[in-house]
Amino acid sequence: MAKKTLNIVESAYRAVMEEQDDTILWVLAAMHSAGADHTVVLRANAVNYAVAGQAAPALAVGEWRQTQPPRMDRDLTDLMEKRSIPVFVIAEDLSDRGIASSELIPGVRLLPRAALPALCAEYAVVSHW
Amino acid sequence: MSQKTLTFALMDPPYESANLTTAFRLLTAAAERGYNLNVFAYEGASALAFARQAAHPNPVHGKNLAEENHPTTREQVAALLACAEKNGGKVDWVNCGMCVDERGVNEFVPGTRRGSPADLHAFTEASDNILVIPTK
Repeated sequence: MAKKTLNIVESAYRAVMEEQDDTILWVLAAMHSAGADHTVVLRANAVNYAVAGQAAPALAVGEWRQTQPPRMDRDLTDLMEKRSIPVFVIAEDLSDRGIASSELIPGVRLLPRAALPALCAEYAVVSHW
Repeated sequence: MSQKTLTFALMDPPYESANLTTAFRLLTAAAERGYNLNVFAYEGASALAFARQAAHPNPVHGKNLAEENHPTTREQVAALLACAEKNGGKVDWVNCGMCVDERGVNEFVPGTRRGSPADLHAFTEASDNILVIPTK
């Protein structure tokens, strides 16, 4: 049985235009296909990934056009629905940024900051990205 | 009015930050206006024009090579050169020679060249303005 791993994701929008996704969420999805058991906690600026309906304008350089710009809300939904990876969001980090829970995609769970240590204790491995 | 010349100094490597997306948006806006552009690709940015970059399919997205249509910065560099030429400007894109040697990326998109910090000095002397987009 795979080690249960809690992934606290803080880095956000780092290279999403060039990669067309978030590299951490991508590698977690890829490891899931290899049998990994992951959970995601979004904190700090990464909480914005859970806002529904976001989109980035595709990059265009002269005649060259990007056709598949990133959709972070879609990628999170894929994690939860296609791979059954739980996704938590630190509640205070949302409110600090003026984001209401009603703006989030379905399935994301709010986690009070004070509850994070207890959640960490449930996992064999905690990775902070 | 004489044609303006702008210099950009870039440092970030491809596929690591949003800085280069911003840089390409700015460079494109200037190229569309016919400006002459100098680019000094320093440190990690010396891999932007590496000719052997290859797109890949994305199994996580469930897309094959064509569907994913993954961007490469070498395509963006080539498109920038073409855009500038189309609009009456020119681009002098210099890849820092020691930086490309360190990284083994000494094969460039046609129209870019190998250079040194002396080129950045010459660009600075000859430009109307300079924008440094450093690694943070």
